[in-house]
Amino acid sequence: MSLPDSPALAYAQVSNPWFSWHYVTDNHATILSALQQHAALTVETVLLATVVAIPLAVVAYWVRSLAAPILALSAILYTIPSLALFALLTPFVGIGRTTVLIGLVLYALLMVVRNALAGLVAVPDDVREAARGMGYGRLRQLLSIELPLALPGILTGIRLATVSTVALVTIGVLNGNGGLGELIMAGFRNGFYRAEIATNTLLCVALALVLDLVLAGLGRLASPWSRASRA
Amino acid sequence: MNAVQQAVDWLNDPLNWTNPGGVMDRLGEHVRISAAAVLVGCAIAWPVGIWLGHIGRGGSAVVLLSNISLAIPTLALLAIFPLTFIGFGFPAIVLALAVFAIPPLLANAYTGLREVDPEVREAARGMGLSGWQVLWRVELPLSVPYLAAGFRTAAVQVVATATLASFVGGGGLGQIIQEGFGKTIAAGMGEILAGGLLVAVFALLVEVVLAGVERLVTPAPLRRGRRARRVRTAVDAAG
Repeated sequence: MSLPDSPALAYAQVSNPWFSWHYVTDNHATILSALQQHAALTVETVLLATVVAIPLAVVAYWVRSLAAPILALSAILYTIPSLALFALLTPFVGIGRTTVLIGLVLYALLMVVRNALAGLVAVPDDVREAARGMGYGRLRQLLSIELPLALPGILTGIRLATVSTVALVTIGVLNGNGGLGELIMAGFRNGFYRAEIATNTLLCVALALVLDLVLAGLGRLASPWSRASRA
Repeated sequence: MNAVQQAVDWLNDPLNWTNPGGVMDRLGEHVRISAAAVLVGCAIAWPVGIWLGHIGRGGSAVVLLSNISLAIPTLALLAIFPLTFIGFGFPAIVLALAVFAIPPLLANAYTGLREVDPEVREAARGMGLSGWQVLWRVELPLSVPYLAAGFRTAAVQVVATATLASFVGGGGLGQIIQEGFGKTIAAGMGEILAGGLLVAVFALLVEVVLAGVERLVTPAPLRRGRRARRVRTAVDAAG
């Protein structure tokens, strides 16, 4: 929808190699705009999911009776295939970017909630006792003790969500917003253009790896204590 | 007419179920594709995972593999496999899906074997059991809960990802959704929603049934103790 179709150059070529530098040089504008759409959708998804998921995890942590329903609901949503989720959303939200974003956020949400809650629950009891003994209130205890200690869990959730969102964006093709998936499908539909399929698949995997490394780096910066204790 | 009404009408038309390419046909395709993919996955992942767990090596490779598989879009493999020597058709789709069944099967098999109490293993050795006998009579029975959990995770995930076969004309329940999207949004809305409901209900049903199977095959003593923790690779979500 938002991406121009790749030029018909492919048909002219007799050979159909998996990798062709020609494809990249001739279509770099198309590829870049797809990559941009892919990255933007992923980053927006993960940011939105994190902003919603961490308060949810805190609520589940504070009110333990809510933890089971929240996790059960997340397990049920998790089981629903992405194609079905997009199909269920489309008639109500319409065909377009918003539908894709909502679907992606729902899946990412679950991963972050689950891991953040696991991180919070894993905070040692004596640490919590000590904080209370020092007269920390509930909120201060959360912000200055529990959340920082749960950071590795939260970060694991965010990293999982990021990597799987990158892969999942491709299903957005159904709604005309599949990022690199648009080009993978275009390659398949227009004469089985191998170079187009392979190049964009590799870009997808590379994007996931790069984002994962960036997050891992941020995590190290944000938790200097874990580095100190290991050394 | 609103989407819900249209979907109800679509589901109420018996011809949509029994026609060639109707729900029953698509369901049959879906089950065949998924079953074949899970079987292929088991045939590859279980022997490798069990062996690695038995000798206690390769744990980090198993983790690495499941992390990498997270980053590969299912759609990409579904588009790539038919263009390789495998050729178009059923085998390409089954193999593409089997790739995503392997990480949970492998990880759970490996973990199951590693979780066997070392003292139990020692005792078995002390009784004079050989390596194979330890594996067959001690380690495998004790890791059944993990193997079953891995099977369930993999199967549920394959059933979910099998809907994507419809992107490359591979059939399955996803095809109903694709056909709805092939029409104008006004005309296809009912079909899209009906297809989405069918796929979601089927996936949940498989999950519930396999959870029951998992309970059944887990020996009672292992069931009562600590419940086998599922090694969930987050790949499930990628379905």
